[in-house]
Amino acid sequence: MSSLLDVRDLSVAFDTAAGRFNAVQSVDLTVASGEVLCVVGESGSGKSVSVLAVMGLLPPTGRVTSQEIRFRGEDLRTATPRARRRLIGRDVAMVFQEPTSSLNPCYTIGWQIGEALRVHGATAPSQVRRRVLDLLGQVGVPAPEQRMRSFPHQLSGGLNQRVMIAMAIACDPALLIADEPTTALDVTVQQGVLDLLVGLQRDRGMGLVLITHDMGVVAQTAQRVQVMYAGQVMEEQPADPLFAHPRHPYTAALLDALPERAEGKLRLPTIPGMVPGIDDRPGGCLFAPRCRFTTPKCTADRPALRPVNGAKVRCHYPLDDAGQPTGWTLGGST
Amino acid sequence: MSGTIARRPPRFMLARRLLENRGAIAGLVVMVVLILLAIAAPLVAPHGPAEQFRDSFLAPPFEQATFPLGTDSLGRDILTRLIYGARLSLVIGAVVVALSLSVGTLLGLAAAFAGGITDVVIMRLMDVLLVFPSLLLAIVVVAILGPGLTNAMLAVAVVLLPAYVRLARAAALGELAREYVIATRSAGAGVGRLMLLVVLPNCLAPLIVQATLGFSSAILDAAALGFLGLGAQPPTPEWGTMLADALQFYQRAWWLLAFPGISILVTVMAFNLLGDGLRDALDPKLRR
Amino acid sequence: MIRHFARRLALIVPTLVGVTLLGFILVHAVPGDPVEVRTGERGISPERLAYFRHELGLDQPLWKQFADYEWQLLHGNLGRSLVTQESVWTEFTTFFPATLELGICALTFALVIGLPLGVIAAVRRGSALDYGLIGISVTGASMPIFWWGLMVILVFSVALGWTPVSGRIDELYYIEPHTGFLLIDSLFFSDDKGAFISTVRHLILPTIVLGTIPLATIARMTRSAMLEVLGEDYVRTARAKGLAPSRVVVVHALRNALIPVVTVLGLQVGALLGGAILTETVFSWPGVGHWLVESVQRRDYNVLQGGTLLIAILVMLVNLGVDVLYGVLNPRLRR
Repeated sequence: MSSLLDVRDLSVAFDTAAGRFNAVQSVDLTVASGEVLCVVGESGSGKSVSVLAVMGLLPPTGRVTSQEIRFRGEDLRTATPRARRRLIGRDVAMVFQEPTSSLNPCYTIGWQIGEALRVHGATAPSQVRRRVLDLLGQVGVPAPEQRMRSFPHQLSGGLNQRVMIAMAIACDPALLIADEPTTALDVTVQQGVLDLLVGLQRDRGMGLVLITHDMGVVAQTAQRVQVMYAGQVMEEQPADPLFAHPRHPYTAALLDALPERAEGKLRLPTIPGMVPGIDDRPGGCLFAPRCRFTTPKCTADRPALRPVNGAKVRCHYPLDDAGQPTGWTLGGST
Repeated sequence: MSGTIARRPPRFMLARRLLENRGAIAGLVVMVVLILLAIAAPLVAPHGPAEQFRDSFLAPPFEQATFPLGTDSLGRDILTRLIYGARLSLVIGAVVVALSLSVGTLLGLAAAFAGGITDVVIMRLMDVLLVFPSLLLAIVVVAILGPGLTNAMLAVAVVLLPAYVRLARAAALGELAREYVIATRSAGAGVGRLMLLVVLPNCLAPLIVQATLGFSSAILDAAALGFLGLGAQPPTPEWGTMLADALQFYQRAWWLLAFPGISILVTVMAFNLLGDGLRDALDPKLRR
Repeated sequence: MIRHFARRLALIVPTLVGVTLLGFILVHAVPGDPVEVRTGERGISPERLAYFRHELGLDQPLWKQFADYEWQLLHGNLGRSLVTQESVWTEFTTFFPATLELGICALTFALVIGLPLGVIAAVRRGSALDYGLIGISVTGASMPIFWWGLMVILVFSVALGWTPVSGRIDELYYIEPHTGFLLIDSLFFSDDKGAFISTVRHLILPTIVLGTIPLATIARMTRSAMLEVLGEDYVRTARAKGLAPSRVVVVHALRNALIPVVTVLGLQVGALLGGAILTETVFSWPGVGHWLVESVQRRDYNVLQGGTLLIAILVMLVNLGVDVLYGVLNPRLRR
């Protein structure tokens, strides 16, 4: 599999009234063509911000620094805005969380899908129309002839998300980034949209980056998983071993919170506390305040992301196959 | 990305938000200076407002220390007349706003509390007033009452009325639906008492903003009426009337025109800036 | 949408009755007897007074007079000027084109300058240009335009001599009114090229003066509407499509920002007519505003009554038009 997207050492900071806030710190992100990568984390973990930074969609207040952002080997950092725009929307496309507010209320959905086609290689009106109908069919929108004349407010959230997906795949992108595509939808239609995304990915051999906070979604879709917490990557490994042997206590805690793993227990386990915010990030490991295994070393030194058993883990005491922290004693010495 | 927001007493927050707004500070400073000038007019003004100097007609400004801003066609000191004019403008603003604010609030509260036919009649009446361009309505009212400063103030007060009625009614209807009002009502408080003591204080914020902005409209409209010869009559040193006086000579003596106009502009701007600042400080959501 | 429109239409009727009632009160509450104004006589004999009063129907009870007045209005009869004896409708139609021409020019000027300024200020938020625009719009919105008019005359006409001081066209030219719009009449119905140029030169200053407040309001409103819209999700979607920034701003953001701006524009029409009264007085512009101010000075209450009524109807029609335009611009109102 050839590499599609290579991001190295990406950091994003926002200047706020309360000072600089590092939303994303030194994140690496690679996607191969035809691969499904899930980026998982709680809200505020920086997972959306990092992909928005790659797409160049952050507000001007966001400061982006990186060693490398390459798409198919082309450096996006040095590309002219024009060259960048040729890639964005055509070869890399994105689907957002809130489908209804992500569509322009003043234009019909047919027009909006058609615009994506017209901007990247203007085709004749009749051709655009045929292609829009075709796309609406592909994403499972019923009665596309009528629907293409509808405005977003006239459709349900689930249909609008299908429209967003149609718009994203209009130009046959090599990489599709979906940012919490099912979070805002009714539970009953979430599965359909998810199946659609995975199906399209498989049929077209696209790379797919799926951002989610839902480990259940990860379990159904991912080939590789990146776990983010408070702006940092905590763990990264292929999906199967991750679910079998999570190496980071945070990943393990996320998996424990899955309902299907909690069978036989009276209460669903939760992770105590909250993701640290702008002014309460600890000096050592960011997860230390909520971790079961915290030692003085954890609160003093921030661990680096390092390879452990085929995974990458940011922990002083990565979990072994039995789920026990290696080299861990209550005093914290190794 | 959640941050903790420091909680401060609301009143303190209001003052702080207002002081963060440079425009509002400028407006406030101008207003204070105007008020001081108006109070101390006889002490600060170099001459009397109607005093004529027969040997210096149309003296240009910045030349003689006795007439810093020059004199008009009758040899009256312009600076003096402007200072007395500030007095008039503030009085006009205060009277007009007091009138339309009190009558408008009463009508609005009455509409909200009484409902039914009273509400319909009051609101349709306000619609009628709103259909006219404000200056035209003021002209019509002055035509009925006859020209003069008092009638001009009455006319402008009528023009500004609908804004207060609508605001007071909307705010009162909003408050009436709240639980504390329902509680007060069921505790047996009279309607009049309820209106004045419970509901009114809670819908003051928008009314205060509107009153500040109303000051600027009042000064501007009264000056326009004065300019059309329908407001204050000469020799009253009202700024608009001074401009009307200047019409014959302004092509030769620009200062007759420039200074009263700048006075109107600066004063109106000050109240507008202050009103905008107050609105933003009272309700950041309304920031437009 | 249609129901909403019908409701607005139904609300117009009581408002119209109210407006006519106000006009009726105007004529009956003014100091001095209309007969005196009409005949210009003072101390006329009681017999003649009684005769005139009977002729004008002033000896009828008030309610009957009001009913008669409404009846006449329903037949399109606005009465006659007490001074010129001309019908009020005829006079209005003579003066109105001048006001309409000036108003359209002023509004166009305000839109053409104000809209782009507001958009640019919003896109370059916090820049020197943005702060400059805020300053200009605050000043513009507080401007006493009668003074502003005199100042531009002083500078551009008197000191620099670039433009004429007053009127619609040089007295050299006589243009037969075909449409009443001098720009059209002088261009298409006059053989003399100078007539059109003279018309344009006369229009420049009044247009700027009358357009100042709408310009300030439009720029300010556009800026704040754009700021709001630029933060919307669909603008991000548009950028994610790889559209050029200009297309994102104009096609996606401005299209949405126009909805509140149009509402403000509708409200500006009433203010514009008020401003026209002052502008026309300053520039001796032979329009409706000038006509109305003169009617007050001449105590020609029939003209004031009829003219005010016509302007009120005009404002109501414009408001209705804005309602319709709002519905067209905002697809969310469609079901």
